[in-house]
Amino acid sequence: MPERDEPTGALVRPYAVTRGRTRPKLEIALEALVETTVRGRSTGTGRGGSEHQYIAAMCDGGRVQSLAEIAARMQLPLGVARVIVADMASDGLVAVYEPTSLDDETDAVGTELLERVLSGLRRL
Amino acid sequence: MSRRPAAGRVTSAKIVIAGGFGVGKTTLVGSVSEITPLTTEAIMTSAGVGVDDNRQVPGKTTTTVAMDFGRISIDRDLILYLFGTPGQTRFWFMWDELVRGAIGAVVMVDTRRLADCFAAIDFFEHRRLPYLVAINCFDGMQYHNAQDVRDALAISSDVPVVSCDARNRESTKNVLISLVEYVLTMRRSRAVAPA
Repeated sequence: MPERDEPTGALVRPYAVTRGRTRPKLEIALEALVETTVRGRSTGTGRGGSEHQYIAAMCDGGRVQSLAEIAARMQLPLGVARVIVADMASDGLVAVYEPTSLDDETDAVGTELLERVLSGLRRL
Repeated sequence: MSRRPAAGRVTSAKIVIAGGFGVGKTTLVGSVSEITPLTTEAIMTSAGVGVDDNRQVPGKTTTTVAMDFGRISIDRDLILYLFGTPGQTRFWFMWDELVRGAIGAVVMVDTRRLADCFAAIDFFEHRRLPYLVAINCFDGMQYHNAQDVRDALAISSDVPVVSCDARNRESTKNVLISLVEYVLTMRRSRAVAPA
């Protein structure tokens, strides 16, 4: 994963970049994966400003990043990053992949996920 | 809305790494992570800080909670995240988010400061999140055996208690493997048990 120049997000009042909004348009898990869409790649600065551009560049080219990674790399509080990513998702600039639910213990999808994690860890 | 179902597509999972301050959570995360552990911060406003007295301060007071985390690409379409819990256990609001959807938790224990992990164990038991206890052997020394630790923590006999060296990649890997094996075993036994 190539490191990029650190953004200057920490220099602004955190919620200024969301115009004071603290509630995201979409609940996004910490570990939910974000990937830039074709539209997100071709969109210029637009109304979202440099944060949108930075996120679009970070999550492009098959380099999916979690919400937590986006927040950490942009030095933005998690809640702020969540509002921005939710805005971008609702504008079709990024796709958000939520984690597989493990709540239903009889669900084969969750069991299969655990098996994949286990065999992946053994291969490490 | 560009939200696609997780099945058959890229997806993620997480494991929570808990334990007292200085027990080696970030060291453990860093020993297997493919990235240098990152720190993400959450901001909480005064309403949630039960023990702090904010009455003299007009308006909102904010508290910042930091969590370190790492990443392991399991395969092309599955990424596992390891999240360390915030050092101070009173920041429970963040723990809720951390455990939601998690595979399970590793509770790291320093046997010289066993009580530091009590709050984490209580929390996971209350939330019914599967966990195992990993005794971090500082300097290769283990000061108590696993049974002593199990007795002292008064945990159920099915909860795995393992030893590890958080600095060692293989050792950390084995801790994570033990946790996932445990979760899978429990899941399979419950899936066949009558409701």
